[in-house]
Amino acid sequence: MTRAQAGRLVRHAILILGSVVVVVPFLWMFTTSLQTRAETYTNSSILPTSWHWENYLRAWQSAPFAQYYVNSLVMAVGIVAGHLVFDALAAYAFARLDFPGKNVLFPVLLAGLMVPTFVTVIPAYTIVANLGWIDTYAALIVPRLADVFGILLLRQYFVTIPVELEEAARIDGCSRAGTFFRVIVPLSSPAFATLGIFSFLFAWNDFLWPLLVTNNDDMRTIQLGLSSFVGRYGTSWNYLMAGTLTATIPSIVVFLFFQRALVRGIASTGLKD
Amino acid sequence: MAQAQLVIRSGETPPSGSPRSPRRRRYDREQVITAAVFLAPALVVLAVFVFYPILAAGQISLTSWNGFDPVQPFVGLGNYQRLAQDPEFWNSLAVTVGYALGVCVLSVVSGLAIALLLDAPLRGLGIYRSIYFLPVVTSSVAAAIVWRYLLDPSGLVNSVLAQFGIAGPDWLQDRYLALGALTLLTVWKNIGFNAVLYLTALQALPHSIYEAAGLDGASGWQKLRHLTIPLLSPMTFFVVVQALITSFQAFDLVYVFTEGGPRGGTDVLGMFMYRTAFRLGDFGYGTAIAFVTLALVLGVTLVQWRVTGSDGTER
Repeated sequence: MTRAQAGRLVRHAILILGSVVVVVPFLWMFTTSLQTRAETYTNSSILPTSWHWENYLRAWQSAPFAQYYVNSLVMAVGIVAGHLVFDALAAYAFARLDFPGKNVLFPVLLAGLMVPTFVTVIPAYTIVANLGWIDTYAALIVPRLADVFGILLLRQYFVTIPVELEEAARIDGCSRAGTFFRVIVPLSSPAFATLGIFSFLFAWNDFLWPLLVTNNDDMRTIQLGLSSFVGRYGTSWNYLMAGTLTATIPSIVVFLFFQRALVRGIASTGLKD
Repeated sequence: MAQAQLVIRSGETPPSGSPRSPRRRRYDREQVITAAVFLAPALVVLAVFVFYPILAAGQISLTSWNGFDPVQPFVGLGNYQRLAQDPEFWNSLAVTVGYALGVCVLSVVSGLAIALLLDAPLRGLGIYRSIYFLPVVTSSVAAAIVWRYLLDPSGLVNSVLAQFGIAGPDWLQDRYLALGALTLLTVWKNIGFNAVLYLTALQALPHSIYEAAGLDGASGWQKLRHLTIPLLSPMTFFVVVQALITSFQAFDLVYVFTEGGPRGGTDVLGMFMYRTAFRLGDFGYGTAIAFVTLALVLGVTLVQWRVTGSDGTER
């Protein structure tokens, strides 16, 4: 064995060991969800002795999981749509249009990115409460229809598109708005995909804001439902893991389908929740 | 949306076509109208739910408002004085600082280590990357629930320890063990993210320097110590700032994992603020906590910026 081969082997060994640490919790989540309650306390084997798929049904019946799911989906879809439209329009203005105040507005928005949610959350909550939006989809969606991160991400992409393409369209009689819809938008699908995935994951995984603006169990999102599930069924690990897994699957599916776009987006922007 | 920071490329707006007079710039009417229409939706949302709240928070932090009464009794800097004398705040600050330090150090070490292992042609690279990324896309709530289960007195971690004849502790009942577990959970959750950041930075490093160092007889370790680590310092700065912000803003993980316990052992600032404002109805005091947190993060970031900026590593 050459030195290079040995080096590769060692690297694989360490990476596999690390992968085990990362993956075991997920594997354990899955196998536990299929065990009986008694089995979850013995941890005797990785595989359940018998597969109790009915745990999923029981877990779903013991809390309004279907409703939580619908709520999370409505919220996520609303926020994704908002970001794709609102952020894209604003991003185009910053990328290509010349208007008074641009050089002030842009840095101000950038600064807004640095302010932690904690600072804004109390007044934002009171605004939503005064509007009478507590326990409505409006409270979950409207405050987050636009965000600075999305504007920056798209702007960064738009400026890389050659100006000549738009100039050609202008000569053919296209308006400014027309060049956005006919030239920029069709060329930007990778950027839209990246932003859409980010927005979906953040909305789906979000916790603090939905926790504040919903009280009614019928309006709770999946992450909230899951967390209250811990309080009610804290010792029924099998049901708890069944619930946790069902709440996690959409994120994992989105990630597995779109991981190239996601990783590329992170690599170029550096973002984390 | 969550914390984000962008490396803005210098792709500037193209000139609008019309020559600009030095005194008064002239704007193309069509462009200005289009810009106004395009900006309006996003700006209205951001103004109402982000920028106005920043200002409003500044005002609320000077009151003893309970969140319901129409009157907001003005107390000046009273809330900040109260913070200085509040043992709960000092405990929370100490917990957060310990947690943040742990998360920073471990994030840098683990992220860099994995990136170095992945930075070379290796079979299964894509598979490793996907695996390490799974926790990143998992919600904090789900991650916290799973780790609660693994660290249960009769959970997997203690079962494995028992195989080696070690009687595992009740992790979440001891304040230091619980804080340590929370730190590791945070690092576990973000390891893939930090690795991808470092990997991108590594792959952007110039090969020629390494070849020159190799000709000079530098060993692998020397190259790492004297070339890679210094060249990566802008990325390390970024990872550290991100880790700091994550820990100073931590809430979801803690809320589900330990609820701040045992006996305040994991009562991070986010938890303390949430409890004060939304459970005890002390909105004025809660907002003051949020502002102090913001000041701390900004302060530390600026100091960090100075330190890394001064030795010319700033990109």
